[in-house]
Amino acid sequence: MISKQKIGIHPKPPKREFLITALIKAAGYSAIIFVGMIFLFLLVESIPALKEIEFSNLLSSRWYPIEDLYGILPLIGGSLIITIGATMIAVPFGVGTAIYLSEIAPRWLRETLKPLVEILGGLPSVVLGFLGMLILSPYLRIWLDLPTGLSALAGAILLGGIAIPTVVSISEDALDAVPKSYRDASLAMGATEWQTIWRVTLPAARSGVLTAVMLGIGRAIGETMTVMMVTGNAPILPTGIKDLFSPVRTMTATIAAEMGEVANSSTHYHVLFLIGIILFLISLVVNVTASAVVFRQKKSQERILS
Amino acid sequence: MYRSLLFFVIIIILLAGCSGSGSSVDNPSQQIKIIENKGSDTIVNLALAWAEEYQVIDPSVHLSVTGGGSGTGIAALINGTVDIANASRKIKSEERETALENGSDPVEFVIARDAIAIIVNLNNPVDHLTLEQISAIYSGKINNWKDVGGEDRTIVRLSRETNSGTHVYFLDVVIRLGDDENKTLFSQNTLLLPSSEGIGAEIRQNPNAIGYDGLGYVTDEMKVIGVASSSDHPFIFPSAETVNNGQYPIARDLYMYSNGEPEGFIKDYLDWILSPDAQKIVTELGFVPIIK
Repeated sequence: MISKQKIGIHPKPPKREFLITALIKAAGYSAIIFVGMIFLFLLVESIPALKEIEFSNLLSSRWYPIEDLYGILPLIGGSLIITIGATMIAVPFGVGTAIYLSEIAPRWLRETLKPLVEILGGLPSVVLGFLGMLILSPYLRIWLDLPTGLSALAGAILLGGIAIPTVVSISEDALDAVPKSYRDASLAMGATEWQTIWRVTLPAARSGVLTAVMLGIGRAIGETMTVMMVTGNAPILPTGIKDLFSPVRTMTATIAAEMGEVANSSTHYHVLFLIGIILFLISLVVNVTASAVVFRQKKSQERILS
Repeated sequence: MYRSLLFFVIIIILLAGCSGSGSSVDNPSQQIKIIENKGSDTIVNLALAWAEEYQVIDPSVHLSVTGGGSGTGIAALINGTVDIANASRKIKSEERETALENGSDPVEFVIARDAIAIIVNLNNPVDHLTLEQISAIYSGKINNWKDVGGEDRTIVRLSRETNSGTHVYFLDVVIRLGDDENKTLFSQNTLLLPSSEGIGAEIRQNPNAIGYDGLGYVTDEMKVIGVASSSDHPFIFPSAETVNNGQYPIARDLYMYSNGEPEGFIKDYLDWILSPDAQKIVTELGFVPIIK
């Protein structure tokens, strides 16, 4: 009886196994259901805003809700300029640190440094914001001779700092997963250590590194407390690189600062949900792009290998 | 069997006796006194502090304090759902008419005053500004300190967030100079900071900055600007005296309204609020006490 079940092609699973399968399935689907329900909730709460506010008002460059001026472009621009700045800081530093930890640093150093970097990732963002407000922004003002240090740049630097641990941790795992035979083969062919890292190891780990970068961007665009404390929150529409040095107001800071006092079901309330849904869609686009790129790379890799 | 039944009956009788005697003693002497207090968010912390303190002085009175805005408080007073409404503005004539139609007659008490100080960095040489100059600075017409007698520096404007009552008051009284028809707005590059501490931190270290905040939040590390209501008026620095005698132009009264002439424990509470003990709390919370 027992042996028959062992070698049987389709043995009937026991009842409790069915239960476990169902539970795991439910857990898997619940994430999708939650995201769907959150999206639906945001949609229902934000649709009245589109009905109540004229498009020309919504697409203007002035955000001043207590006088019914609901131009959301400065807020979208503010979030984008800070996120782009943070990415430009987090990617070179994060990937560089990951390469050093995985490929160059001796084992003992790597085992001390990686947990330290991960502790940095656990720093509460309000603490970083406080440091930014009291230390970073005064120095930025003096060094760069700006009118005020409370600027997009201060936000981008701190958000870059917040994103670095995520980028380091995940890229390092990806680089670590590259088989040693790849490096050995490259070195045996006469490539230098740097050529091996740049031409062989990093390309082999690129889907993991890309995921790391995307998660880092996701961390930066959703960050609220730090940007609210250091960016000055002035709703100015950024038009170029020079606006990195002026104050900006992000979507997250706007929702956080204004949601507390807004009257339920007022136009202002619905607009804040509209901003929420825009934020949601931007994160979605970032994630879908990342998955699409990773997927295409995997396909082309399979083609090369086959 | 009989014994246990007897025991049970005795217990029931004892219990009944207990509760009967207890209720007959407690009820008549214990009268529940509740004061419902609602209104302005500017005043809500002050009203809460008073309510807490008054609980110690007279534990038999229960105070329930909620915010929601001056209009909400007055509406609730008219509907008869609260005993005292808090307002950071005077009751409007329409509101008073509606109240009279509904058979209530709001009686006004000035319970404290609120002054807004204009603050700059200690190294800023500017000492005085007129209301028109401050309005021009905040609306973006003046962008350099040299235009108001200071150094050649870009002006960095600091403000509280739009949800702060102080922000709205400053917009009405300073930027729009109290003119209802005036639709001037804050300059778009005004920094909106989420806290008084945010404004304080920037003022302390940035010589370009100008800010405003409640008089109680001003410390020695910032410079307070003297304000004149127009160029032919003297420059006045905010203090308890200049606010109380009406010389300082950026100050307002804070009110409580009772439904009709207050009586009994509500009158006791309002009398206590105007006493020196209660007015001490006003100073602690950054408002200006009333000096009689």
